[in-house]
Amino acid sequence: MSAKVVSSVPFNGTKEQKEALDAVIARYKGQQGCVMPAMQEAQDIYGYLPEEVQQMLAEGLNVPLEHIYGVSTFYAQFNLNPKGRYRVGVCLGTACYVKNSANVLEKIKEILGIDNGGCTPDGKFSLDATRCLGCCGLAPVMMINDDVYGRLTPENVAEVFEKYKDL
Amino acid sequence: MFRSYVLVCGGTGCTSSNSPKVIEALENEIKAVGLQDEVKVVKTGCFGLCALGPIMIVYPEGVFYSRVKPEWIKEIVDEHLLKGRIVKKYLYQETIDGDNIKNLMHTRFYEKQTRIALHNCGVIAAEDIDEYIARGGYTALEKVLFHMQPQEVIEVVKASGLRGRGGAGFSTGMKWQFTASAEGDVKYVCCNADEGDPGAFMDRSVLEGDPHCVIEAMTIAAYAIGGSQGYVYVRAEYPIAVQRLRIALAQAREYGLLGDNIMGTGFKFDIEIRLGAGAFVCGEETALMTSIEGNRGEPRPRPPFPANKGLFAKPTLLNNVETYANITQIINNGAEWFASMGTEKSKGTKVFALGGKVVNTGLVEIPMGTPLRTVIEEIGGGCPNGKKFKAAQTGGPSGGCIPASLIDTPLDYESMAAIGSIVGSGGLIVMDEDNCMVDIAKFFLDFTVDESCGKCAPCRIGTKRIYEMLEKITSGNGTLEDIDKLEELCYQVKSASLCALGQTAPNPVLSTLNYFRDEYIAHVVDKKCPAGVCKSLLQYVIDPEKCKGCTACARQCPVGAISGTVKQPHVIDSSKCIKCGACMATCKFGAISKK
Amino acid sequence: MKTPADLAAIRVAKKHLVASRHDNMNAVRVTVGMGTCGIAAGARAVSNAFVEEIFKAGLDEKAIVVLSGCMGDCSLEPMVTVEVPGAEKVTYVKMDAAKAARVVAEHIVNNKVVTDYTK
Repeated sequence: MSAKVVSSVPFNGTKEQKEALDAVIARYKGQQGCVMPAMQEAQDIYGYLPEEVQQMLAEGLNVPLEHIYGVSTFYAQFNLNPKGRYRVGVCLGTACYVKNSANVLEKIKEILGIDNGGCTPDGKFSLDATRCLGCCGLAPVMMINDDVYGRLTPENVAEVFEKYKDL
Repeated sequence: MFRSYVLVCGGTGCTSSNSPKVIEALENEIKAVGLQDEVKVVKTGCFGLCALGPIMIVYPEGVFYSRVKPEWIKEIVDEHLLKGRIVKKYLYQETIDGDNIKNLMHTRFYEKQTRIALHNCGVIAAEDIDEYIARGGYTALEKVLFHMQPQEVIEVVKASGLRGRGGAGFSTGMKWQFTASAEGDVKYVCCNADEGDPGAFMDRSVLEGDPHCVIEAMTIAAYAIGGSQGYVYVRAEYPIAVQRLRIALAQAREYGLLGDNIMGTGFKFDIEIRLGAGAFVCGEETALMTSIEGNRGEPRPRPPFPANKGLFAKPTLLNNVETYANITQIINNGAEWFASMGTEKSKGTKVFALGGKVVNTGLVEIPMGTPLRTVIEEIGGGCPNGKKFKAAQTGGPSGGCIPASLIDTPLDYESMAAIGSIVGSGGLIVMDEDNCMVDIAKFFLDFTVDESCGKCAPCRIGTKRIYEMLEKITSGNGTLEDIDKLEELCYQVKSASLCALGQTAPNPVLSTLNYFRDEYIAHVVDKKCPAGVCKSLLQYVIDPEKCKGCTACARQCPVGAISGTVKQPHVIDSSKCIKCGACMATCKFGAISKK
Repeated sequence: MKTPADLAAIRVAKKHLVASRHDNMNAVRVTVGMGTCGIAAGARAVSNAFVEEIFKAGLDEKAIVVLSGCMGDCSLEPMVTVEVPGAEKVTYVKMDAAKAARVVAEHIVNNKVVTDYTK
């Protein structure tokens, strides 16, 4: 598991988010196997899982905070730090790797000015090297949120980011 | 009724190449020329030849348009769909045979394939249960519920010889038998869709292209073993597969094919989706189950086996997506039919995800026992750019490599084990002369170190030490002694780890040591990387015969390591060089090479 | 809730949708000449008629309808060829929807060429 860098951005949950979270907790409370789906939905609501949200989940589901924290640090998809509006995932799976995706990642770091795991100061983009995304026929591949981009090279990847310039 | 059907692939691969825009353009243009009652556009799942996506096939002619751009659609609709003039320049060129157009199934990529698990992928509309039914869907479930006893179903699966397609290759029929015989008031039926091997996308394609096939098979399994609740554990990295599965489950419930009274027989079974959260280890059966229970995905010792004590401590059947994808046809066509394909101990077919340095990347399904050479040279079209095939990696981080000298090895469980590899889940990565096998071993260990759950010391500590040794070797600091220590450590980690992740993590190292020991030796003795990959061992050199002294490289160099006067051969100072390769990329005269 | 009978009915009703999505090398191939001249002469109504008659006769897996460009004899449009595997290709001229129905019933179902409509 990658090291969890703790963000210094303060938690700023809204009333709507709290209501949505309460609804999730009400739906799952008492069901066997509810912890993971509840945490996943909580992350969908807040974008990440800071300690404050984990505390609310622990209380609502009647599960020790230690347990929630242990699960959140085990799985790569749970973010303890905020992510950008656009999450860029560059695949470093085998098929992409043998076709030079590591160089594509370096180019993207240059374009966005952030490192692997980081987030741009305006909160627009965050960057993560990912595991295999399962699109090996189009290696090298990257995902920005749910959109997949394939056949990338360090030369053509800048074009993709042009599309997001004014978004 | 329609005269013609235009099938466009809506799998993740083609979607990322813009197939939704192709579909939109098709629907608009067909309407614009008034053909909407004669021509139907169908969004299917993956048809296999991903290298040529977006893929569009027009039936009944069976012509195959490849790498389709939305800008071509107006011409294709006007010329082909309206006026009958096929637009040859946009076809997959291999299908053009003089004046004839060959059916896709007669191209090199498809003619040696036998599509069983994939039989509906790329053919039916991925989100339409009626098309699944029209092609025979749910007849197997009907046969089982109305005409077969649970034990009979298990006997058929046993007799078919089907073995787990997730990688372990355990007899599926035996697993069903154990779970059926276990004592328990509640039994669970799970599907392992946590396809984590990098380079594997077989399960994703089945879920995107034919989700009902898996649902029907799980229901049959539940009937056979006495299960009442099912779970599909899917990677969250597969949003399209998750969406198609959700739609399919809702459709199945609406038709009463899941729920409290399936087909009016009173049989009860339903399925829930559980999303993974980015942990490779959760593809291991006990880790998967504990993850569903809401814990850190740490495996546990066996016995007890999941068949007796699995999810929520109840008897649980867990099979891989591809294993399930074979069940309905085994029920309908019979065990002997399935057993007539493949080899004596490896029956049926296997889906492979062909990737890496090969022309035709994509999904192939072939009878077990097909030689690797057939897959790489005929189906795959060989290595591109005239490069020499070096090795094929199967089984992902748990697997071994098959060197070029063993290219005639049949792809089945026994033959692969005999050469120190595994069939694995189906990822098949082709490597050429430009790949360094030590670097590849290091790549896999980097993955395993990160994904190790940390519970047992041999894996938690051992894989890290293995990785560090490989780092040492690829950075030019290794010794011959390190190679021996490395090998010994690998055997220790293999024998002492708690689960298959640790037990198989050393396989890429042991396999490459076995077949490419000379590369390891070159790294430690000569301090050279023969394939030209390991950066620390590379020297960038300017050939004074070819250099024109244009100074382009010197201007590109980020650290000022290149010197020379205009129109005179330039020189690289290797002590300053950071081996970024920018000079080589810039040189228009091919004067720079890496050694 | 669908009973087996309901599912069987869906299979029958929707069979035509998926019937042609494979290698149709062994099907009876009905080719309707299109191109601009064919369309002008009413070939689309002919192709639609063939599709409908084949569907009504339950022959979706046995016969397919494809289009081609101009077949050459523009004065004889709409032109249709019928190729039964193993037999010689038959060319029908000056076709219309009613004639299409007869060709399906006699030639495709009963293997009797309708010589009245041939060249």
